[in-house]
Order: sequence, then structure tokens, then C-alpha cells
Amino acid sequence: MKTTAKEYGEIYRGYMPGSKALRDCTAAFAVGGAICVLGQLIQNALKDAGLDKDAVALLTSASLIALSGLLTGLGVYDKIASFAGAGTLVPITGFANSVVSPALEFKS
Amino acid sequence: MSRRLGPGTVEFTGDIRIESYAAIVGKKEKEGPLGDYFEHFEEDTTLGKPSWEKSETELQRRTFALALDRRSLSPSNIDMLFGGDLLNQCIASGYAFRETGLPFLGLYGACSTMALSLAMASAFCEGGAADRAAAITSSHFCAAERQYRFPLEYGGFRAPASQWTVTGSGCLIVSRGGKSPIRVRRASFGAVRDLGLTDMNNMGCAMAPAACDTLTRYFKDTGTSPKDYGAVVTGDLGKIGSEVFCDLCSREGYEVSNHLDCGKLIYDTESQKVGSGGSGCGCSASVLAAYFLPQLERGEMKSLLFMATGALMSPTSFQQGESIPGIAHLVFLESEKN
Repeated sequence: MKTTAKEYGEIYRGYMPGSKALRDCTAAFAVGGAICVLGQLIQNALKDAGLDKDAVALLTSASLIALSGLLTGLGVYDKIASFAGAGTLVPITGFANSVVSPALEFKS
Repeated sequence: MSRRLGPGTVEFTGDIRIESYAAIVGKKEKEGPLGDYFEHFEEDTTLGKPSWEKSETELQRRTFALALDRRSLSPSNIDMLFGGDLLNQCIASGYAFRETGLPFLGLYGACSTMALSLAMASAFCEGGAADRAAAITSSHFCAAERQYRFPLEYGGFRAPASQWTVTGSGCLIVSRGGKSPIRVRRASFGAVRDLGLTDMNNMGCAMAPAACDTLTRYFKDTGTSPKDYGAVVTGDLGKIGSEVFCDLCSREGYEVSNHLDCGKLIYDTESQKVGSGGSGCGCSASVLAAYFLPQLERGEMKSLLFMATGALMSPTSFQQGESIPGIAHLVFLESEKN
């Protein structure tokens, strides 16, 4: 075969479709923002309940982690993530999912 | 006695035929464009088993039984089993045939295993080591995904060039002589080809050089060209890999205008969200057994080149920064049906 590795790099890259940047960024922004709004609402509710600053911060993170864990276990999280991309990956929800999903694997 | 036409290219001069075949697929494959051709499918992709690896083992076991049943054969009629799959240590194949007591020749060709096992079974029958040999392979989306990529519930984002591992299995029974109109005429065993691609989400482009290399070497060894065959069928190059493959062949002087790819045929790439198309050993195996072989048997297709392609990396080699080598094995099938 005549084609060299260097030539091949140029050949195949010409056929690669680009990502849909506008759609992907919009989805990530919307879902990521919604998760942060949810976090804010939880934080406000905990503050109103009279908890101290440290407890509020801890419980807000813990709530989001718990919710992500639950949605991962229910098989819903990955469907949201396939739409949202970075929107679910970047917040603490991404961390929770990355810990819970391999743990679930041991069940099957 | 086989005739050697060139490095890796062998002509079977004995009367080697595909006596029986069977395919079983999963729900997503049944919902695809070839759904009507898949007579046997599993609605429940666990197949009633508690782990995905056990499910894939069961898938192979059932497909083998179906292939035997089609021609009222029993396991004792089979002299040798050539099988492989994508799982570590090929456990789906090894475990599937524990109870048969048959000589088992495990193979690893990644997604090229259907062509590899078919060619090996044919060569052993031609040489007299077997009168009848089975070639079988499978893949399971869930088992492959968690071995090669991510846990199933992981919220990852699929790259546009990525492909979807087919849940499916195909089994062929090869015989010397017999009444089947499907003849195995030649095989070409490919070389490992690596043009430096490192993107695990772009298997099609990783394998395209190997496919081009095997095909063009076969054409040179046999003095034939694409138009001498009804179709040139690749295993799982997918949409993007297929375009690159045809481009590479064109640069070697061969216009493959009759190219078909099992990965493109098995799914609707627009509506089924499968990226560039299907992949996995089960992709080429199930499409060959359920879609192409019946056409050869009925005489609707006169001949085809079946070339399954594989990517020979492992999760370890990838994590170590190695590029992805490809391989492609080819079998020339011809119909005697008028």
C-alpha cells in the first residue's frame, strides 16, 4: 500500500464530521445551568431551615451527589448526559456518576 | 490440496461449501433496516443470565444449536469448532462449548473473527483434518462496552465517528462436499497494518488501511478486480471508515463501486443514534448469515468477497499511548444456484 502514516492522517481527517458545536454548547449550558440552579435552591432551603454555613455547603453537595447516584442507578443519568454532555459532566454530578456507574457494573 | 496464489491468498480446490448457517441478534438490531432478515432475535438481551458475559456465552450456544438444527445435524457431526469473540480470553466462545466435547480452536481476530474462522474452517476441511467444521463468533454491546470503554451507566458523550457494538452472533457450518450451492472458493489472510491512528472512537478509520491492504493484495494475487464480484462486503468500517476505505483503494488503482458494509447495513445511522454504524464480531457474522448467505443460497447473488476487519488494540495498549493496528481477512464466496 502506497499511503504513508503521515499521508493517512491528512486523508482520514478530511472525512471526519465536526461536532455540532452550537447544539452541544447550548445543551451543556442549559443543563449545567439548571443543575446549578437546583443546587442554589437546595442551598437557599437549607439556609432558611437555619443550618450553619458549613452544614449548608456540605449538604448541598451531598444532595446533588445523592441525586446523581439515584439517577445513575435508575438508568436515567446516562440518557440526560447523552444530551447534555459537559452540562452533567462538569458539576459535581459528573463525579458522582463516575463513582456509582462502575460500582453498579459488579451487579451484572 | 489448496493452491497458494500469493502471500496469504489461498485457493480451495476441494469442494468446500457452507452447509448451514444461523444468526441471532438483539432488540436494537431487529429494529434496524435488516430487521426482516433476522428471523431469530432476543428481546431480552440478558438471555436470562445474571451477567453480560454469561449472556454472550448463551448467545453463541443458541446460535450454534440453531445452525445445527437447520440441517438436522447434531454436535457429533461436527469435527472441529473455530470460535472467538471480543471478551478477554475469548470466554464467550470457550465457555459456550464446554459441554460439547468437540475439539475447540479458539481464535482472536477482534471484529475480523467471522472471516478468520470461516477461512480456517475451510482450510482444515480442504486439508482433510475435518469433514465438517463450525465457525462461530459473537459480540454483545453491554459486555464489550464495559471492557473496552465505560461502565454502562456512565454519562459519557459519544463522539460522531464512534460505532455501536452489535449484540449478535453468527455460526457457519463448513463441509467438504454436500448439496449446498454456497461454495468457499478462496481466502486471503491479512497482515497487521498500522498507520498511526490513536483515536479509540474512530475504529473505522483505524481498520480501513488493513482492509485496503488485504483487498488490493487479493486482487493482485488473483488478477481480479472489484467488478468480477457481485459485492465487496466489509465487516464494520461504518459510514466514515467506508468512505476512507474507498478513497484508499482508489489511490491503489481500484474503484470499489460495489462496496457494502455490514456496520452501515445493520443500523439506521440517522434514527438509531449509533454514530458511524455497527461494529463487533457479531456485526459481520449476523449480517453475513442472515442477509448475504440466503441470497447466495437462492442464487440472487452470484458471488461476493466477505472481508471482516478487526482492530487489534487492547485497553492496556491504548492507555499506554500505542496506536491502533488493524487487520482484515477475506473470503471469496460463490453461488452455484442458477
